[in-house]
Amino acid sequence: MSLLDYFRTSKASSASLAKERLQILVAHERSSRNQPSYLPQLQKELLEVIRKYVNVDQDAISVNFEQNDTQETLELNIVLPEHQNKTPKTTI
Amino acid sequence: MARIIVVTSGKGGVGKTTTSAAIAMGLAKKGHKTAVIDFDVGLRNLDLIMGCERRVVYDFVNVINGEASLNQALIRDKNCNQLYILPASQTRDKDALSQEGVGKILDELKRDFKYIVCDSPAGIEKGAHLAMYFADDAFIVTNPEVSSVRDSDRMLGILSSKSRRAEQNEEPIKEYLLLTRYSPERVKLGEMLSVDDVQEILSLHLLGVIPESKSVLNASNSGTPVILDEKSDAGQAYSDVIARYLGEDRPHRFIDDKKGLFGKLFGRK
Repeated sequence: MSLLDYFRTSKASSASLAKERLQILVAHERSSRNQPSYLPQLQKELLEVIRKYVNVDQDAISVNFEQNDTQETLELNIVLPEHQNKTPKTTI
Repeated sequence: MARIIVVTSGKGGVGKTTTSAAIAMGLAKKGHKTAVIDFDVGLRNLDLIMGCERRVVYDFVNVINGEASLNQALIRDKNCNQLYILPASQTRDKDALSQEGVGKILDELKRDFKYIVCDSPAGIEKGAHLAMYFADDAFIVTNPEVSSVRDSDRMLGILSSKSRRAEQNEEPIKEYLLLTRYSPERVKLGEMLSVDDVQEILSLHLLGVIPESKSVLNASNSGTPVILDEKSDAGQAYSDVIARYLGEDRPHRFIDDKKGLFGKLFGRK
């Protein structure tokens, strides 16, 4: 750090940017780490079964696993195509 | 009771071997009989950092395969007679280490040694897995840099789910943070993650901060663990780490920018 540095306008520091990015990333990776390992396979197979009956998109189904102190919740969310005018949401 | 310490990080080049050499020497210097094991099969380097590369006759894999006894393979350190080094093999066979083999050697070492330091290779492959599997304590070596912090967090996940203690539902591995290559000046300029930032993200117990230091390269050049360079900042920082690990309460040094007003105005890099 030299005398000149004092006259330069300070931008948002790169360290704070690094911290922000890491906090988001680490939180995301930690939540997926605690998921059961069968989750991706379950999602794939569920999609196959559902597509036998309803023509849904690949991304129309989401499986979320949540954990708190007392219970574990597996949430299954299927968005049916629009013309069937129903959007059931199933929670197991 | 002997304790097994793994020095790990996920990311390469952050200072695992430097740290393993320094802490093994530090523990031995305090009078504890210590063994340090290189788990980086195929890329042996601990011997070079410890300065015993010309005395390697047998290695870790030779002992696992029964081609040599543990006593034949262990190299007594030239600076401290309480310290022994078990070098890695230079074989390219990825499956040279087995869980049973490593477990057996560690059990044998536990009878004779107080501390067993396992120098993990980078990555999360077999060598890294076996280095941490039997551990009681883990030193997570992290640089104040995004990819290193991320990999350290990933390693923490592996320690808490894939280790022997985790698998057998025992008390979890004690995890400690060792922040290396730290540059207080750059932190002050907002160019580097601070100790507090890294601790906040990883939520680990901080064992020590090792400043970026010329003495580390000098030490590896000469094959003497940097902790023996008692005048150097990095050497002193590692001594503090050992003292804290052994239960002493020491304030953290080398965290603040010590440059005075003169240095700031006519700054040298």
